[in-house]
Amino acid sequence: MAETRYSKDHEYIRIEGDVGTVGISDYAQGQLGDVVFVELPTVGKALAKGGEAAVVESVKAASEVYAPVSGEVVEVNGELEAAPGTVNEDPAGKGWFLKIRIKDAGELDALMNEAEYQNYVKTL
Amino acid sequence: MAAEATTDTAGAAAPLKTPLHSRHVALGARMVPFAGYDMPVQYPSGILTEHNWTREKAGLFDVSHMGQCFLIGPDHETTAKALEALIPADIVNLAPGKQRYSQLLNEEGGILDDLMVTRSIDPDEDGALYVVVNAACKDTDYPHIEARLPSNVKLVRAEHRGLIALQGPGAAAALAAIAPEAAEMGFMTSRTMKVAGIKANVSRSGYTGEDGYEISAAADRIGEIWDTLLLDGNVKPIGLGARDSLRLEAGLCLYGHDIDTTTSPIEAALNWSIQKRRREEGGFPGAARVQRELAEGVSRIRVGLKPEGRAPAREGTEIATPEGEVIGVVTSGGFGPTLNGPCAMGYVAKAHSAPGTQLNLIVRGKPLPAVVATMPFVPNGYKR
Repeated sequence: MAETRYSKDHEYIRIEGDVGTVGISDYAQGQLGDVVFVELPTVGKALAKGGEAAVVESVKAASEVYAPVSGEVVEVNGELEAAPGTVNEDPAGKGWFLKIRIKDAGELDALMNEAEYQNYVKTL
Repeated sequence: MAAEATTDTAGAAAPLKTPLHSRHVALGARMVPFAGYDMPVQYPSGILTEHNWTREKAGLFDVSHMGQCFLIGPDHETTAKALEALIPADIVNLAPGKQRYSQLLNEEGGILDDLMVTRSIDPDEDGALYVVVNAACKDTDYPHIEARLPSNVKLVRAEHRGLIALQGPGAAAALAAIAPEAAEMGFMTSRTMKVAGIKANVSRSGYTGEDGYEISAAADRIGEIWDTLLLDGNVKPIGLGARDSLRLEAGLCLYGHDIDTTTSPIEAALNWSIQKRRREEGGFPGAARVQRELAEGVSRIRVGLKPEGRAPAREGTEIATPEGEVIGVVTSGGFGPTLNGPCAMGYVAKAHSAPGTQLNLIVRGKPLPAVVATMPFVPNGYKR
């Protein structure tokens, strides 16, 4: 079964084998407000943990989406270019940003599980 | 994910509250510090929905943070001349009940603030001008003005008043239902009337590019007007987020961003707000610069910019020629919900300011093609 882990910067990564699907949490989309533009990386790009993976813009501001772990981009969600609002409507599902081939599974240990993340959000 | 700071945290130490503060909280607004006040940036429906609602129906804004004051002198000419010594607009010839946009200038012709000036329609109030300045500037504007008034003209802060704006194509019908006199008012006119039974000063103006009104009333009664307007199914509360996207699409300047002490009204393309008599006679701070720029032109000018594609270019973005020469900077930019695309304004070298000129906006290090566009980006709906 796929497991989802979260960064303190509100990215999630849903792990299926050695590939992780990256997006932003429901809390993050709520804080951001209406998403009007998403800039995605090119397939094949190598991302470093904590480095910029994508950009998400609301009416008010631009925000960076960081890679929760290191790895290579294997797929991006091109649907977001025409329908960026999907990030608000379904952040954990159709609103995903990119898929990454996880370089070092050990990096996942530093991320929060679902329960830990929900507790973390409550402290904000 | 890391969001840029977008709220103005200046003076946030002990945020002030408008008379409508508790209503915003009860409506579920997200409150942010703005110009020293705790203000609603959006309500639960969100900025996009609020923006579109205002363009299609009627949006209700709390702008009580803005600085309302009166200049009071013995007669209109005396008070008007006192104000004309500080701003470049013709106020002496402003007819009773009329309103005019202008700028408070420094001796170098830089803009200290922009403001609205209204002459009372009531002959008993001859000699009084109602002035509205920006919230973030009022604490410096008032002493600046007071220090330069003749002894027979006084500045009176209207601190116990609230101010709300009702904007959009549905504004006229919504206000007419509780203030029938408002229906026949022309754009940029003002009068006193009862709104929902409460004495108020109503002007037909705003900051969205739409038809609409600004309603000033006693701070302890403005909430009743607010509540009554919200009973209308076509009226919804709108936060500062949509106020900004609405004014950007309308091509209207935001003080501290698109205009400031480094920009003159001519560089800001606000020539229309300086009437002929004042251009010829001068007699306002910075007149030498303004007259020189009118005669000889400016080296840089504020223009509209329409980026290609969907990526917004934000304030501070460099503007370059297709060859890569940096010729300006974006002063306001974002996504225009009605335009369904990005739009921006900024200052560019005069040689590159003609509508249709191809330029690049340097967004995250990459050139984003854009074209110089005429403003407003969205046709305005003013009542003429």
